[in-house]
Amino acid sequence: MEHIRTPKVENVRLLDRSKGQRKATIGTLYLSATHSMFIENNPETRKETWVLHSMVSSVERLPATPAGSQLILRCKDFRIFQLLIQQEKDCCDVHTSLLRLSRPEKYSELYCLSFNPNINKEERQESWNFIDLMADYKRMGVPNNLWVASAANSEYQICETYPSELFIPKSATSSVIVGSSRFRSRGRFPALSYFHQDTLAAVCRCSQPLSGFSGRCQEDEMMLQAVMKSNPGSTYIYVVDTRPKLNAMANRAAGKGYENEDHYNNIKLHFIGIENIHVMRNSQQKIIDVGEMRSPSMTDFLWGLENSGWLKHIKAILDAGVFIAKAVADEGVSVLVHCSDGWDRTAQACSVASVLLDPFYRTIKGMMVLIERDWVSFGHKFSHRYAHLDGDPKEVSPVIDQFLECVWQLSQQFPCAFEFNECFLIAIHTHVYSCHFGTFLGNCQKERKEMRLHERSHSVWPQLWKDRADFTNPLYKAELSQCQGVLRPNTTPYCFKMWKGLYNHVERSTPPCQSPADFLSAMREESQQLEKELTNHQERITALTGKPIIWEKVEVKRRTRHIQQRHRGPDPPSTYAIPVSGPAQDPRSTGSNNQNAKGKDYALTLPLDQSVQVKHIKTDDFFNYSDLESGVGDLSSRSSSAGEEGKDPEMIDGLAFTTA
Amino acid sequence: MEFSEHIKTANVEDVVLQQPLHPPSKGTLCITGHHLLFSDREDSGRQVLLLLRNIDAVEKSVENLLTYFGLFSNAGRSDRATESSGTIIIKCKDLRVIQLDIPGMEQCLNIAQSIETLSCLDCVVEMYPFFYRPPDASLKDQWGLSSSERYYTEMEELHERWRLTTVNQDYSVCPSYPPAVIVPRALGDDAIKKVAKFRQGRRFPVLCYYHRKNGMVILRSGQPLTGANRKRCIEDELLLQTVIEGSDKGYIIDTRSAQQAQQARMLGGGFESKSSYSQWKRLHRHMERGKPLQESLIKLVEACGDKSPSMDRWLSKLENSKWLSHVQTALSTAGLLAECVERDGHSVLVHGSEGTDSTLLISTLAQLIMDPSCRTLEGFLRLLEREFVEAGHPFQQRCSHSAFSHARLQQECPVFLLLLDCVWQLWCQFPLALGFSEALLLRLATEAYASDYGTFLCNSDKERCALQVKEKTHCLFRALLKPREREQYTNPLYEPNELAIWPSVHPQSLQLWKGFFLRWTSQTHHLELVQEEIRNMVIEWGKLALT
Repeated sequence: MEHIRTPKVENVRLLDRSKGQRKATIGTLYLSATHSMFIENNPETRKETWVLHSMVSSVERLPATPAGSQLILRCKDFRIFQLLIQQEKDCCDVHTSLLRLSRPEKYSELYCLSFNPNINKEERQESWNFIDLMADYKRMGVPNNLWVASAANSEYQICETYPSELFIPKSATSSVIVGSSRFRSRGRFPALSYFHQDTLAAVCRCSQPLSGFSGRCQEDEMMLQAVMKSNPGSTYIYVVDTRPKLNAMANRAAGKGYENEDHYNNIKLHFIGIENIHVMRNSQQKIIDVGEMRSPSMTDFLWGLENSGWLKHIKAILDAGVFIAKAVADEGVSVLVHCSDGWDRTAQACSVASVLLDPFYRTIKGMMVLIERDWVSFGHKFSHRYAHLDGDPKEVSPVIDQFLECVWQLSQQFPCAFEFNECFLIAIHTHVYSCHFGTFLGNCQKERKEMRLHERSHSVWPQLWKDRADFTNPLYKAELSQCQGVLRPNTTPYCFKMWKGLYNHVERSTPPCQSPADFLSAMREESQQLEKELTNHQERITALTGKPIIWEKVEVKRRTRHIQQRHRGPDPPSTYAIPVSGPAQDPRSTGSNNQNAKGKDYALTLPLDQSVQVKHIKTDDFFNYSDLESGVGDLSSRSSSAGEEGKDPEMIDGLAFTTA
Repeated sequence: MEFSEHIKTANVEDVVLQQPLHPPSKGTLCITGHHLLFSDREDSGRQVLLLLRNIDAVEKSVENLLTYFGLFSNAGRSDRATESSGTIIIKCKDLRVIQLDIPGMEQCLNIAQSIETLSCLDCVVEMYPFFYRPPDASLKDQWGLSSSERYYTEMEELHERWRLTTVNQDYSVCPSYPPAVIVPRALGDDAIKKVAKFRQGRRFPVLCYYHRKNGMVILRSGQPLTGANRKRCIEDELLLQTVIEGSDKGYIIDTRSAQQAQQARMLGGGFESKSSYSQWKRLHRHMERGKPLQESLIKLVEACGDKSPSMDRWLSKLENSKWLSHVQTALSTAGLLAECVERDGHSVLVHGSEGTDSTLLISTLAQLIMDPSCRTLEGFLRLLEREFVEAGHPFQQRCSHSAFSHARLQQECPVFLLLLDCVWQLWCQFPLALGFSEALLLRLATEAYASDYGTFLCNSDKERCALQVKEKTHCLFRALLKPREREQYTNPLYEPNELAIWPSVHPQSLQLWKGFFLRWTSQTHHLELVQEEIRNMVIEWGKLALT
């Protein structure tokens, strides 16, 4: 609390730019140790907006104007809030406080560790047992006569950033492991990521070898040999270096590099060309800018998209996954994947390959397991990459964003193959950044253990599991032939598009104003309800009459009343002179009760306080409806782009669609 | 009239057919006056029947293997000619590309020549619709679904101030208009004739839409022929004045930029000046037309066929084609039109220069946005019939070639395709609001370029009448509504919705119409399965609701 200079500022104007809001709302701003809260003055709505400090990526203070001073809050989930504070001093105080609060220096300042939930110990411990990695290894068929659990790293003695439980080739002795780990960056020796039961081929991961220009290591060579031997019948393995070849070669000068095919028997080296974290960071910034463009022309947009290079990078990662999946499933050849340290691009490539290879990872539970294995347990540096603490900005990079986007791109190609929907991926994305739960804290398993996270915080997975109804894709059909077995995506450039759900909140809440998925979910819910009713009636009648009855076919009207609220078109343009109409002006928008996960904002809600959450669902509801209006506003901004027409003296003015 | 003179080789055996999404197959190729028929030898059930009219371009390459064999084989071949072979690549107007490997150079050249000639015959009465006789339909069946007459009869609210005029009964006043059109009651036929002389193509302003919610209307016409010396026409001014009687103003949406409209004056065209039409506010929106639009389509199709894995190259080609920009402009102009009528509550006159292309495009889209009755399967087909076919969109000129043709561009322009693309964007943004499916849009996109039916033949009602199209061919729209066809063209998710559906025209909301432009890739195939899945789910749910 010592960082909060002004806990409360009145008469603040808030503009939620990411929601397409055009007219500011007036209210009171509160700063707490964990959140900034904004409560609207309007007594009818009292809409609340909560922003977790750890979600704030930057706070910018604009020069003061007569109306007051402005703050721009940019969040890690790409939302933008504009605050207008009357008194410059207040603004200055808020700015200073937020600057400090949004950059915690110690883990203990983070929400999941500072907030002490009113919940019993058993439940907390239980939450950490929700995902059981060993059970997943068992599901994929290890340990077996080819792959065995190794205790070599049980105390993190060989590799600090690896998990304590690992699977290695049966023929690899402990001296081979130790030797190999000494020859690999950060000691990250080859270990099993995924075992493909159908072909007995495996996906393994490690870091780059410390080969320099001519160095070699017998144990490491034996280790790769052991990986190959663990795949009976195969005569070689692929070594996939996910870096551009030039980068890999440059690393040789620093005593690192890549496997020399002359030194290793039976390996085929393959470079993929995924760029490094710095390139990705810059690229994401550019695509965020594209998402923020206010009324771009099609040319501006497509040029911005191309210039960002983002989709090119996504394609490279997906291509890496496709290469690995093909090698394993089609050729039956094991693959060893590495990049430099083996915790960024390697995690991406391995986890994409798993999604392609195994339908289980396309389920809600499976995706949780996959992230827990390839990312959390294998030492992806969450706290560094997602700036949980104030630190080196050069360490920050959207590595897992890219993985989640690859999954999203796949779900666009195979709409029936994934049990979860886009909201699930966005919820994971939010939690990776929010530090709402302990799951993604720290940079490796050892660090997490030292922090005693299991005793001090909760795991995110049970929480997401609880909300799985919101995350379910109604089109999911596991039995459909295209959803079974290995997924074979097309990676031609035209198959990729910008993930507007993640990068553009305006567009997320406007069109498609109707979503078939929502409709189908509602439909399914209803049919389940009907089925239940039917059985109940049958049972009751049987109980009453003592004999089964024969049903007459009666037409039951579609109960669209409750569906329609969700799926009706936008409001009639009642307030065309004022671009954004408040919800109170349209009586039909009140009383809506259902809201899908899109509206539920995980960054804003308190995790365990039901009452607050309910409130938020309601307020977000309003937002969704008023946003429909802004979809229309789009037309106006578009038409103003035709510059030459503006010169016509006979042009009308005063119409919404002609004023810029 | 004799097709046989163009067919030197009617049958070829052992032809290998390669088409997208199928493995190559060997069989017999047969050419008739209107079709190319391939029957698979192994799988006797499989046939490919292609309307020659659907073929946009033919590329042939022959290879004479004679010398090749002469070098490596000493044994004399008895029949050397059979060693030669040829390949024909057929590029269709529906964007399908198929390859035929034909044994025998001469046969190959004959086939290619026949295809080239027969696919380009431009005599309308020799086209297939005049020969197509489906078993379940009779030529006596009623033709068409809608007309201005019918629209007028159904819209009783109109009758007080509007009348149906038969001044164009024999197409003498305006050759591209239907015989009956709706005009203000206040103007007599003599005045209408004078107005017609003042408008390009004699397309005088006619009512095309009446907005029931507020009584406002949409009119469309050709540009006024004011010319460089600012000619006026009192009757024209009077006509427009009576339209907005009782209202403070009306809007004119000119689908050209202000600059283009100025330039048009030098060529005898022009625009409604402020001084003569004081109550009317002009809004200029530049919409691309003619050659640039056709070139845009060609570039986009070329980009979609590019196999290069480079993302930069794809995005820059997509941008360079400008197709999505045209979609954006069309939708936003239509949105503007709908906004004027629905939100601002004023009547609107739409025109460009001829009033047969972009004018029809945006008036159609605006009606779809505002009017729920246009959003059912039948309503949409009626709208197309009234606003495109009957209103005189020159289909024959615009759709004689598509994106692959090597022929010199003449009057080709994919206005109708652009319309379908825009409708598809609406369909994506409002998946529950439209009563028809993507399959319908795809079918229409194909039929407009090559069809068994007479609906899209000729350029105007007058031409169709002269060739007796309605007596001698069958009507596509009627056929689409037959119960057997109907099912696949309805949207299972459709929920009638009285509200206007305002499209977002933000670039992120507009997408490439994969169903059409990437129709022959596996990518689209997956998405088709999804539609099928949705249909099944809804059927299942319907069954349950019935028990």
